[in-house]
Amino acid sequence: MAKNRRIGNEMNASSMADIAFLLLIFFLVTTTIDVDKGILHKLPPWDVPPEDVVANRRNVLIVLINAQDRILVNNENARVDDLRRKAKEFIDNRGRNPKLSDSPDKAVISLQNDRGTSYDIYIQVQNELKAAYRELRDDLSMKRYGKLYKDLDRESARVIAIEFPMRLSEAEPKTIGEGS
Amino acid sequence: MSRFKTKKSQRGAPISTASLPDIIFILLFFFMVVTVLREVELKVKNRLPQATELTKLERKSLVSFIYIGAPIEKYQSTLGTTPRIQLNNQFALPKDIPNYVENERTKVDERLQPAMTFALRIDKQVKMGIVSDVKQELRKSNALKINYSSIAKIER
Repeated sequence: MAKNRRIGNEMNASSMADIAFLLLIFFLVTTTIDVDKGILHKLPPWDVPPEDVVANRRNVLIVLINAQDRILVNNENARVDDLRRKAKEFIDNRGRNPKLSDSPDKAVISLQNDRGTSYDIYIQVQNELKAAYRELRDDLSMKRYGKLYKDLDRESARVIAIEFPMRLSEAEPKTIGEGS
Repeated sequence: MSRFKTKKSQRGAPISTASLPDIIFILLFFFMVVTVLREVELKVKNRLPQATELTKLERKSLVSFIYIGAPIEKYQSTLGTTPRIQLNNQFALPKDIPNYVENERTKVDERLQPAMTFALRIDKQVKMGIVSDVKQELRKSNALKINYSSIAKIER
């Protein structure tokens, strides 16, 4: 008799929604949808002495940032917005301008900052230089494969990366102005 | 006439809420999946810089964080406002980093260790001095893959 009644009655599921709501609210509150994105960077190994400075001065673009966050590119004042264009000109010069690099694979960008440089400007400079390389690589891969660099398969991406190797060298920071 | 009829029948049958739990459960599962429970409590200010050339960090288990920034207000009375490093849940000095790196390495499978990335979450007002100290320590402990965490910027 009792058994029969149990089968007949459905379980009361109205509180299920409340329970689910509670859980939902808990997860809503604790969720931090922070996607971890950032600028990838490879540090040079510690014990390997740095490669010898390239013999030819024209193949090095020197980017200096001082403690006041002012930027100097090859001894000329520059702004962050100019940096990408300047870097691209320098890398993709191919011997035209005698002051700029011989060829992209010889070009080195040397970055030096002060201990008092702010991290914000440092990231902006890094970003612009990376962007310059990315744009050059994109242009070439567009021309050759009709695709953007990041969409290329591994083999052709390597070919492009060999044409435009990213050579950013970072000198150890010095304290020129008031550092921290 | 027909309008009248439908009105009547609607009043008779209330909306069934039987599917409500299912809808809620779907939402619940969504949030459960996307939730990343933070195991560290931020003790430093952390306003990340903006950049465009971003790479997404793919494998969460291979990423370790290093936070740098000025201490939050709670700690400012004792520590001042000079930027500090935070590893896990405590303030640290640059010399503590090799230890931290070793510690993080032991958590990861040996074959995957070269793929480990150290994400530097640095407040944008921090000066480069402390950042380069950290970078030197990372180089010394042979943790060469780093990632400057930043927020996506919409290009003008």
